[in-house]
Amino acid sequence: MPANSGKRSFLERSTSSFVDAMEHAFYAESTARADGLLQRIDPRVKLLGILALIVPAAAARNFAVIACLFAVAVALAALSSVPFGVLLKRVWVPVLLFTGIIVLPAPFVAPGQVVYHLPALGWSVTAQGLASAGYLVLRAETAATFCVLLVLTTRWNHVLKALRVLHVPAVLVTILGMTHRYLFLVLQSAHDMFESRRSRIIGELTPGERRRVAASSAGVLMSKTFDLSNEVYLAMQSRGYRTDISTLDQFQVRGFDWAMLGAFAAVSITALWLGR
Amino acid sequence: MSRLNPGGAVQATAYELTDVTYRYRDVTALDRLNLTVSVGRRIALLGANGSGKSTLLRILDGLCFPDEGTVRFCGNSLTEESIQNDGFGMDFRRRVGLVFQNPDVQLFSPTVFDEVAFGPLQLRWAADHVRRKIAETLEMMEITHLKDRSPHHLSMGEKKRVALASVLILDPEILLLDEPTAALDPRSASHMINFLVRLRGGGKTVVTTTHDLDIIEDVADDCFVFHEGRIAASGPPAQILGDTPLLKTTGLLHSHLHVHKSGEVHAHSHLHRHEH
Repeated sequence: MPANSGKRSFLERSTSSFVDAMEHAFYAESTARADGLLQRIDPRVKLLGILALIVPAAAARNFAVIACLFAVAVALAALSSVPFGVLLKRVWVPVLLFTGIIVLPAPFVAPGQVVYHLPALGWSVTAQGLASAGYLVLRAETAATFCVLLVLTTRWNHVLKALRVLHVPAVLVTILGMTHRYLFLVLQSAHDMFESRRSRIIGELTPGERRRVAASSAGVLMSKTFDLSNEVYLAMQSRGYRTDISTLDQFQVRGFDWAMLGAFAAVSITALWLGR
Repeated sequence: MSRLNPGGAVQATAYELTDVTYRYRDVTALDRLNLTVSVGRRIALLGANGSGKSTLLRILDGLCFPDEGTVRFCGNSLTEESIQNDGFGMDFRRRVGLVFQNPDVQLFSPTVFDEVAFGPLQLRWAADHVRRKIAETLEMMEITHLKDRSPHHLSMGEKKRVALASVLILDPEILLLDEPTAALDPRSASHMINFLVRLRGGGKTVVTTTHDLDIIEDVADDCFVFHEGRIAASGPPAQILGDTPLLKTTGLLHSHLHVHKSGEVHAHSHLHRHEH
């Protein structure tokens, strides 16, 4: 019996996209091994440095300062062999769309000096509204770019280990590690489940049937997720895992790392000062 | 209730289980089980799906603990408390290795290299020793060419080999294998069987669960047949394989329709054997 080639539901499209996204997560492991500026920095220093740059990006009240921080992020990407195409596709466009929706009403509802009237609707666009929308979008773009740079230039095990060294609670680090480990399997399982169901459905389902299918699939997936998480944890325990992450690479702070930490701190303090 | 040890000869005891009962909610997976596993023996646990074999392996690996009864490992009581003890827990994990039936739950690291390194690193081996052992183990399992690949992108046969390598690197005295040939293509299954045959006389205690009767004479010295959470029979492979009524009762042998060269179609029991 031929598989139904009809339109795929929102859930199916979403799981398919998530599977693709997780495939890209493996790409991140390869960029983390590239020879670049950020890749050469000790993960603990890098984590602290990136956090130090995110703080002024979130706190600065000067548009030019945030723009300069964004330029720093772009320069770091260039020096770390992270292609702009990747940043554009994974950060800049999605963040613009997401925050764009959130800030869309701001230019019309924020009180202030009117700079433009929409001809058909007669709505007023205020300078203050435009500025606050611009601030939010630029802040989000800058902070997200820094975060993604950290992930793309650091192996996931090293991020987790750096978090532990910096005294982030073991429970939190364990949860992060587990999530990363079995998320891919769960999504693959969901994807397979939808594919299998689609191959046994002929014609279009009614909205009610679709809702029932989605609800039952969610229930089955939840049960599978629980079993899978348990299995993965047992497999880790079986090979001696307790709560701490051990990696083959020992972290070592060298002169270069201290210099980079100093540079991160200098940029952060300057941005905080100028953007206050 | 008899204590079963078909090996007969006086040998040091690796495991001693007394009246072990394990339940999953309302289902009794193991029912007052008594079993002794001697050091250096190769044991096959035979049984249909759901007969309690995998549950027993998890108990032997200290991943779950019986609701009733006791488990002793090399003379020491194996309990949730004892496995939490750093000294005993680390020693136990070094000496006992479990290869899961589903390799996907066992492969959670970004690369094959990291996966094989995971166990030794949790047991705090020195970095140089870990690197040397990884190289040796990858070569022994003929997967050196996969070391930089993501485990999720491998074939089932390759995944099984990586899962086995991730346990063998610890050189455990006791190897627990859950359905090692399940879901493998003939070539991968043959590779796995060859490996299991080479373990003969290697001094390791090997406990293999399987319902593949074709392999047990090659991989086991003693067999235990499981049925509804109990040991229905035990003995050397030739004796068990010769007991057709037992194999039928316990769901290990079945009749299915097949076509003869003459074109005749009928059903009767078959025990498929391979060529020597």
